[in-house]
Amino acid sequence: MDIPYTVAVRRDTGLNNGKIGIWLFLASEVMLFGALFASYILIRTGSPNWPRGDTVLDYRLATFNTIVLITSSVTMVMAWASLMRRKFGTFRIYMAATVLLGGVFLVVKYFEYSHHLHLGEYPSHSNFFAIYYTLTGLHMLHVFGGMVVNAYFWGPGAKLWEKNPVWFTNRVEHSGLFWHFVDLVWIFLFPTLYLL
Amino acid sequence: MAFPKINMASYWCLFLGGCTMLGSFLVPGGAAQSGWTSYAPLSVIAGTGQTWWLIGMIFLITSSLLGAVNFLTTTIQLRAKGLTFMRFPFFVWSQFVTSFLLLLAFPPLEAAGVMQLMDRVAGTSFFLPSGLVVSGQVLANAGGGNAVLWQHLFWFLAHPEVYVLILPAMGIVAEIIANNTRKPLWGYRSMVYALIFLGFMSFIVWAHHMFMTGMGTTMAAFFQTTTMIISIPSVVILTALIVSLWGGSIRFNTPMLFAVSFLPMFGIGGLTGLPLGLNISDIPLHDTYYVIAHFHYVVAPGTIFALFAGIYYWYPKATGRKMSETLGKIHWIGSLVCMNVVFMPMFIVGLAGVSRRLFDAGSGYDFAQGTMHWNAVSSWGAWIMGLFQIPFIFNFFYSIRNGEKAEGNVWQATTIEWSAPSPPPHGNFAIPPQAYRGPYEYSVPGSDKDFTPQFEA
Repeated sequence: MDIPYTVAVRRDTGLNNGKIGIWLFLASEVMLFGALFASYILIRTGSPNWPRGDTVLDYRLATFNTIVLITSSVTMVMAWASLMRRKFGTFRIYMAATVLLGGVFLVVKYFEYSHHLHLGEYPSHSNFFAIYYTLTGLHMLHVFGGMVVNAYFWGPGAKLWEKNPVWFTNRVEHSGLFWHFVDLVWIFLFPTLYLL
Repeated sequence: MAFPKINMASYWCLFLGGCTMLGSFLVPGGAAQSGWTSYAPLSVIAGTGQTWWLIGMIFLITSSLLGAVNFLTTTIQLRAKGLTFMRFPFFVWSQFVTSFLLLLAFPPLEAAGVMQLMDRVAGTSFFLPSGLVVSGQVLANAGGGNAVLWQHLFWFLAHPEVYVLILPAMGIVAEIIANNTRKPLWGYRSMVYALIFLGFMSFIVWAHHMFMTGMGTTMAAFFQTTTMIISIPSVVILTALIVSLWGGSIRFNTPMLFAVSFLPMFGIGGLTGLPLGLNISDIPLHDTYYVIAHFHYVVAPGTIFALFAGIYYWYPKATGRKMSETLGKIHWIGSLVCMNVVFMPMFIVGLAGVSRRLFDAGSGYDFAQGTMHWNAVSSWGAWIMGLFQIPFIFNFFYSIRNGEKAEGNVWQATTIEWSAPSPPPHGNFAIPPQAYRGPYEYSVPGSDKDFTPQFEA
């Protein structure tokens, strides 16, 4: 039995199943990160000596990472747009760039983490580092998850392109929505942790 | 379902979460001991079982999250031809709103769970205040955390969660009442609007569980006001269900007996909740047996009776055979009487001021002496109620093979699921169903039978 509206759009809702699914999932993600940001505010306002972000963290590395992630969002859109224009070869290039930029982000983050750990600044050091590691760690998990899905669409998942190009394009669009969300979370994280 | 693989993933997450929870009984020090609320800081300094509890919770939250996305998408996208939102059976509406609550209320608890896990595993102090003294020693953590933060995040889930428990129950009761009074539900639209409003309001009442934290009168005033407001839609739904009984030629079969007992039981549970929602009367009643009695009147004879009703009602659809009516009625009368014997005394004990979670149930306190004997009454009620579940369990398994054969639409119902064969084949429906009218067209004037199904042209 075939499930309706996996590819085609339902007329009265104007959407296919996947798009509703990903937006609902993102709504729950907003609540997840929202709760963590709210906790950050509560703990910070209750603290007598909260350090300014740029006095403890290296904002230059983070600025570089911000640029990396924003660029990867652009390449993500380009990957999807190439599929819309039926150019599978360019899709592969842009998708590879997206995954690699995600990798660059993680490598920079690795250096940042190991630097702080060398200085003895573990999560238990202070509540600043506790929320720093929790928020960025959870965000990194999301980056990694997005990379896995995107790599799948670059590699084995791309077989669907032969059979059903519209379905494949939709899938890339939905994983792109997730990728932009992860990017957006970082755009909130960056000033909150590194600058304020 | 719109996403069958996600459905399966949701199931296996639940399975893993359940295994983790059960496995935690075997770790040194035993399972989590911090109560279902896991209040910090006690839960942070508790034994290893608590870590397992947190990991289990993360699996369970993931499972319910995936389920909620799937339910919502399916409800929005896979409606049968002609099935508009206002033609939904009330049960579908209640599941729809419930899924939204799960989708949006669970992630903050997941965040809280991650932070508590960090506190326990990585030694952070999200929920540990500075200078916390445990067993005569000042804890060596960084401090500066906020124990009340855990309560906020926890109740942000846990209040919507009680609506997750009760809304589907209301939906089941509505289906069965409409079917067995042979009348349309009275005020279907206002019930739907009340349901949506209820779902929305359930997000802004959570701190009425926290009047004892000293959160300040302005906050308390806000949350007691929203709490009073949220009782209105519940009353709308309950009233509509009671009025639906009026003038019907009621069939008292087992599902209907459970469904009508839901109404007064939920009524008692709801009305006894009002004093708990008001700051001033909550303070003496907080954490006493009164709270336990109130909560259990809502979810034990409320939700559980609705679940029993639902099992007796949809059993023929799932298996093709009916459950025994005689055993069902024995189960019903025994459960109804014993349920009240168990929980009614707890109101008396609670009003006398006896707290819950005392290891000796209060026998060491003078003020509790006058009500100690009620505990024995509750215990007798609980054991006898347990015995009355035996006919149900027997009935459930025995009827799978030996029950009376049931045709597709055994209750002469009007909603779409009754157009499927019993038991349903793969894909549920022999032919794709279509909705031609509203869900409860019973006793239509001029019609030759007293039900006009949604699915008949």
